[in-house]
Amino acid sequence: MSILIDKNTRVMTQGMTGKVGQFHTVNCQAYANGKNCFVAGVTPKKGGQSFEGIPIYNSVLEAKQQSGATVSVIYVPPPFAAAAIDEAVEADLDLVICITEGIPVHDMLRTRQKMQGKRTILIGPNCPGLITPDEIKIGIMPGHIHKKGRIGVVSRSGTLTYEAVGQLSALGMGQSSCVGIGGDPINGLKHIDVMRLFNDDPDTDAVIMVGEIGGSDEEECARWMKDNMRKPVVGFIAGVTAPAGKRMGHAGAIISGGQGGAETKLAVMEEAGIHITRNPAEMGRLMQKILKSS
Amino acid sequence: MKIHEYQGKEILRQFGVPTPRGKPCFSVDEAVAVATELGGNVWVVKAQIHAGGRGKGGGVKVARSLDEVRSAAQQILGMQLVTHQTGAAGQTVRRLLVEEGAHIVKEFYLGMVVDRSSQRVALLASSEGGMEIEEVAAHQPEKIHTVRIDPLTGLTDAEGAQVARDIGLPESAVAETVTILQGLYRAFVEKDAMLAEINPLILTGDGRVVALDAKFNFDSNALYRHPEVVAYRDLDEEDPAEVEASAFDLSYISLDGDIGCLVNGAGLAMATMDIIKLYGGSPANFLDVGGGATTEKVTEAFKLMLKNPNLKAILVNIFGGIMKCDVIAEGVVAAARQVHLTVPLVVRLEGTNVALGKQILADSGLPIISGDEMADAAQKVVAAARGV
Repeated sequence: MSILIDKNTRVMTQGMTGKVGQFHTVNCQAYANGKNCFVAGVTPKKGGQSFEGIPIYNSVLEAKQQSGATVSVIYVPPPFAAAAIDEAVEADLDLVICITEGIPVHDMLRTRQKMQGKRTILIGPNCPGLITPDEIKIGIMPGHIHKKGRIGVVSRSGTLTYEAVGQLSALGMGQSSCVGIGGDPINGLKHIDVMRLFNDDPDTDAVIMVGEIGGSDEEECARWMKDNMRKPVVGFIAGVTAPAGKRMGHAGAIISGGQGGAETKLAVMEEAGIHITRNPAEMGRLMQKILKSS
Repeated sequence: MKIHEYQGKEILRQFGVPTPRGKPCFSVDEAVAVATELGGNVWVVKAQIHAGGRGKGGGVKVARSLDEVRSAAQQILGMQLVTHQTGAAGQTVRRLLVEEGAHIVKEFYLGMVVDRSSQRVALLASSEGGMEIEEVAAHQPEKIHTVRIDPLTGLTDAEGAQVARDIGLPESAVAETVTILQGLYRAFVEKDAMLAEINPLILTGDGRVVALDAKFNFDSNALYRHPEVVAYRDLDEEDPAEVEASAFDLSYISLDGDIGCLVNGAGLAMATMDIIKLYGGSPANFLDVGGGATTEKVTEAFKLMLKNPNLKAILVNIFGGIMKCDVIAEGVVAAARQVHLTVPLVVRLEGTNVALGKQILADSGLPIISGDEMADAAQKVVAAARGV
């Protein structure tokens, strides 16, 4: 088992005919069971065409009805991406993964408001996507660094997630699922939501949690974990050396008004029993040590 | 993107928020002319820089005659204004705002932010105007009143009136304050702001409510639909290196250390700074080359880092996913040749086509120090920066 997606998931790609969408769709198709998983594309006015054997539909609803896909991945450019999420939510999909970086924050505020009371789960935006190794990859991460196994990974960053995964795989520890929740301030699933899923997943033994400066998602997750988490967790927060008031690449990675600093996050996480490392090169080795001693 | 106070006040006025009458000035003579045109017998001369704390740093002066306006403008224009937000070097004052003086009876605070946890716009209001809101939050949190605004209804009349009463505005000023709060909210949403502050909002001797200051920060991802906001950009207020980087779609932040970092991905870039510090070094910059780094981008990134006179070594840390290690290695080699590298260069490559990438570096004949993993690379670059 795994969380959120597995080899039986059926996926449509919104924005499949763009350069980015095409590139990643080909890569996802080539990974594990991808050939069977990626069953539809959505591009308005291009319905009836196909790409790499995948039929294209005019709307998400049509794609869902015709192909049976219940999950969508979005590569639509930023000015139109929030509307693409809205369409997927309106079509009552199970899960929407928005890769697009640079969506205006007020667009996301409106989209999140519209999602209230709906059942669709959102991951991202501005995220690498998620993967269940040897089964399915939905997103832009390099598939070959992953290895099937029993460690969950949740992170706000892309390449830093690859770093954590690379360390685990190099030490022989495979992953159950890896979820990039994205670096934007207004997003879908947060650390706490993914951590709950890993906690309940019988095939996940332990979790690596990678956070960064900005906001208080890591603190909220840690406070919940203190009383509820039954599995060991290794934690790292990027940005201990980041100056206040500067946006460090990600729209969400900013220390503002004394909030969102790395030290506060680390203190709350440590208090919650998370095994903290301040060295990003040690995430894998710390996990190995903890699993050996338990 | 930040703007100046006088620009923020222009926006506020468009949304029905009263401000003192005033105009921006770029010279001493212009300041005197504006004061003459405004009339009256009290004026305020205010330095326009993108940092708070201007008053404490000597950047705001009250003048009671045109001669005083002249001398205040002379003192402030061109000064190196140091505040808690500028750093020790301060910021050169190139623009002034000359305004009519106001009779202040009481000062209040209004702020608006995008609240991440409720995923709504939050209005913050306090009776403690003129103070740093962080200070109030730390010592008198009960004095901050917060409304998380429902985007479907906007800020309602009832919510606005409640806030006005909560912060102690008199009953006679409640209706006007509601108009101000709703105007601020509309400006915030329609202009895609991330942060707005009116500090202080004042109650005047004749019972009016006026925005005495205005601070805005806009969502850079939404600037494509606001050419009128982009027109407010003042490049003099931004770090030249960061401006240059943005032209090449590089995300760059200057820091005060001596080890340059070139990384793909914001999270990994921060983690790279952190690990340099952990091994006793000090990062000179944050630099994310993004997912699609080309030779041209890498070359520009090297040029940017090399402009820093403090630079003692460079660490390239790439986890290749979409970006293949051989492509980045070719970019690094080409860039190193083109810019005539004068400091030690440590490169750590991992991910897609890593063996090929390392081979390209080794075959280049350049004195590139190879780092096997992140910790090894960080230790090597710290040693190189020390000249060991």
